[in-house]
Amino acid sequence: MKFGVLQFPGSCDEVDALQAARRVADAELLWYGEPDLRGADAIIVPGGFSYGDYLRAGAIARFSPAMESVIAFAGAGGLVLGICNGFQVLCEAHLLPGALLVNANRHFTFRQVRLQVVNADTPFTRACAREAQLSIPAKHSWGRFYADEQSLATMEEAGQIVLRYASGDNFNGSVRSIAGVCNEARNVFGLMPHPEHAVDELTGSTDGLCLFESMRLAVEEGWRADLGISAGAA
Amino acid sequence: MLIRSKAGILDPQGVAVERALPALGFVGVSDVHVGRLVELELEDSSRLREMCEKLLANPLVEDYEIQLLGETAPDGQGADATGGPSDRQQAK
Repeated sequence: MKFGVLQFPGSCDEVDALQAARRVADAELLWYGEPDLRGADAIIVPGGFSYGDYLRAGAIARFSPAMESVIAFAGAGGLVLGICNGFQVLCEAHLLPGALLVNANRHFTFRQVRLQVVNADTPFTRACAREAQLSIPAKHSWGRFYADEQSLATMEEAGQIVLRYASGDNFNGSVRSIAGVCNEARNVFGLMPHPEHAVDELTGSTDGLCLFESMRLAVEEGWRADLGISAGAA
Repeated sequence: MLIRSKAGILDPQGVAVERALPALGFVGVSDVHVGRLVELELEDSSRLREMCEKLLANPLVEDYEIQLLGETAPDGQGADATGGPSDRQQAK
């Protein structure tokens, strides 16, 4: 099983994502200018500041050749994980619902957060216990998840809210404390905190590993998205 | 193109500016919002709206307004910054 990790001009967490993925499977970097995903079984869109966050975070990266391939890959049911800037890119690409806005506190904030696993029945969280609490670092300026009330109702109903900030940890002001969401078909998932920075005791937590492990299990056990409910759309 | 947060969505920059103004003695200021201005020159303005929808604004969370300022004079100065044809529209 092989992960492909995208690399944009301005990415900065692609090497950590690569190393985290390599703890559970094979992984290689994919250059943003190349449409070829090189046979990857799952894609990670990593954190950073693609295209300098110009215009809006993720707005320009979304149109890169590699992302056009990722959109097609997701449409065919492939697993796509977006972390931080990667989450922003997936929202801009309309693979995930909602948008990420500037933190309510207006500051770049770097801190450990506790995340509640709300839905463990996804290919990204199946190795996590439901109701489990994950301790993972977050570091961003534009992480306030927003979606309108009607979209939120649909997402709650469909189990698309995958992770929430634990009480007291929603520092960015995300609506309904949402930290991570998936699309309706559950093959695309994005979160603001960084599981790839929580894979070794050296940095205080290994709670991030279960997300990569979940994806490996899903691919190896032949998990299939229900394409009847639009895998490539939010 | 003037791009701003949709009504009802918290605009932390606007809130910060609104709090800063009274500290400088500018009282009676409310509803401050900070947005973005995108200026560009183009020959055909028929696809401006599409540009806004696809890239310049995020219609989920932002409204945009298009202002056409007329042709630029040969000396490089705007011929008529206010009297040109104007196309003001809001995203749905």
